[in-house]
Amino acid sequence: MSRHGAPVLEIRNLGKTYGAGAKATRAIDEVSFSVADRELVCVVGPSGCGKTTLLKCVGGLLRPSSGEVLLRGKRVTAPPEEMGFVFQEYGRSLMPWLSVRKNVLLPLRHKSLGRSQRKALVEEALEAVGLTGFIDHYPWQLSGGMQQRVAIARALAYQPSILLMDEPFASVDAQTRGDLEDLVLRVREEFAVTIVFVTHDIDESVYLSDRVVVLTHAPTEVKEIIGVDLPFPRDQIRTKELPEFTHLRGRVYRLIKREQEDETEADEPVLEAVREGG
Amino acid sequence: MTGRRLYHASAIAAEIAVPIAILAAWQVWTTRANDPMFPRLSTILTEFREMWLFSQVELHLVPSLTRIVLGFLIALVVGVLLGIPLGLSRRGRMLAMPHIEWWRAMPPPALIPISIVLLHSIGNRQKVAFIAFVCLFPILLNTIDGVRGIDPTLIDTARSYGVGRLERIRSIVVPAALPQIFAGMRTSLPLAVIMMVLTEYFSSTSGVGYVLLISKNTFQLVPMWATILLIGLLGYLLNLLLLLIERRVLRWHRGWREVAVQ
Repeated sequence: MSRHGAPVLEIRNLGKTYGAGAKATRAIDEVSFSVADRELVCVVGPSGCGKTTLLKCVGGLLRPSSGEVLLRGKRVTAPPEEMGFVFQEYGRSLMPWLSVRKNVLLPLRHKSLGRSQRKALVEEALEAVGLTGFIDHYPWQLSGGMQQRVAIARALAYQPSILLMDEPFASVDAQTRGDLEDLVLRVREEFAVTIVFVTHDIDESVYLSDRVVVLTHAPTEVKEIIGVDLPFPRDQIRTKELPEFTHLRGRVYRLIKREQEDETEADEPVLEAVREGG
Repeated sequence: MTGRRLYHASAIAAEIAVPIAILAAWQVWTTRANDPMFPRLSTILTEFREMWLFSQVELHLVPSLTRIVLGFLIALVVGVLLGIPLGLSRRGRMLAMPHIEWWRAMPPPALIPISIVLLHSIGNRQKVAFIAFVCLFPILLNTIDGVRGIDPTLIDTARSYGVGRLERIRSIVVPAALPQIFAGMRTSLPLAVIMMVLTEYFSSTSGVGYVLLISKNTFQLVPMWATILLIGLLGYLLNLLLLLIERRVLRWHRGWREVAVQ
């Protein structure tokens, strides 16, 4: 990881409890890890382990019950302007009454930018995700994969230095998913962004990452952080054929599987943790 | 495409054909019966043209329309302005809902005596207030429901992009709740017409309801029938206008719903 410098993002002893008193549930017990500049870190873990909760705490959308998130040494208490969020449910995070152009424009409206500057940012972001021809469509007129591209373009136009992505490709088909993964790798280079990417897909996490953070089941802790030294640029076929890829994938898989088994013994409901055949 | 167009054409034809058939039947029946209680359609139409296209428009139709429009607009503004905070705040709803349900359950005519006793009459202002009061509840309740039903992901999205609270209401909450607000408006509009007739019927010196009352009391049956025809048409046309506005404003919603159904 020689290409990465000092940490931009530090998650320190972060914990989250829902409810209070006897009904309180500890969703996240204690999670700590840091993310270096322009690094891509994937967070994986068994289903229901609070990955989304964790990411919302990092993005300032939820307040942690304990611990803190530091962005360049400053504590995050509200959504910071240099973070862009891409939600899992693209169909529900795009405004159905706005065209693609206006959806991407939405977060720019209150930034102090000139009109032509805004227009340029929107068009540049849509070009980066290959949607120039659909700028005046409504999002619901597009396929699922294209809608998620709109959401990515909206995040990019916001010019964040950090992108938080919450299982963004969970509900698109395998082919589209591969294309979108490559898109993420490409925009990271093009826009020089740091990315925290939550996923339940082990292949995806290894394919995209510089490092994979594996979480335990709830109450969540960090199980292990695994460095991924696969060469760049990555390729859906060649990278995945490397023995190193298979090895890493197996390692992450085993960690999560063990977590699941522990949870079964603890007599708690087990939900699907890995994609079929994943 | 052509099948669809054919379907539309036949739907429109049916919408026009049925009233025409009924009117024709009325004409045939009244001509045969020759009963002064039920004047012929042709007589009513002649009277209608004389009264409601010319002589009475300014004196009676304009005041009635003004009351409807004013009352309805007041209800819309108040309903949306109250509905948004109540839709957003659970505690606010807990405090306000019993009162809303109480006043909503109150039949509006039951309130008219209060106004007559306290103010000795129902002036123009009271009429508008009554119309606004009755129109308020469908709009208010639909706005609350619409705001409550907004997907939290939309709000989270706006928050994550630093869209401030007020701007969030303007650019996310209102457009997302707008289909429901329109549903409330469509329920309210006929109520506005009803309240217009009712209040003018009770106490007035102008308006369509007043003309109806006077013609009834003086046994001027042809003007009475012509006025009834006008009131029906008024309700129909106002509703049509609202539908046209809705279709324009919520163009995205129809397409979005079609996709969502698939």
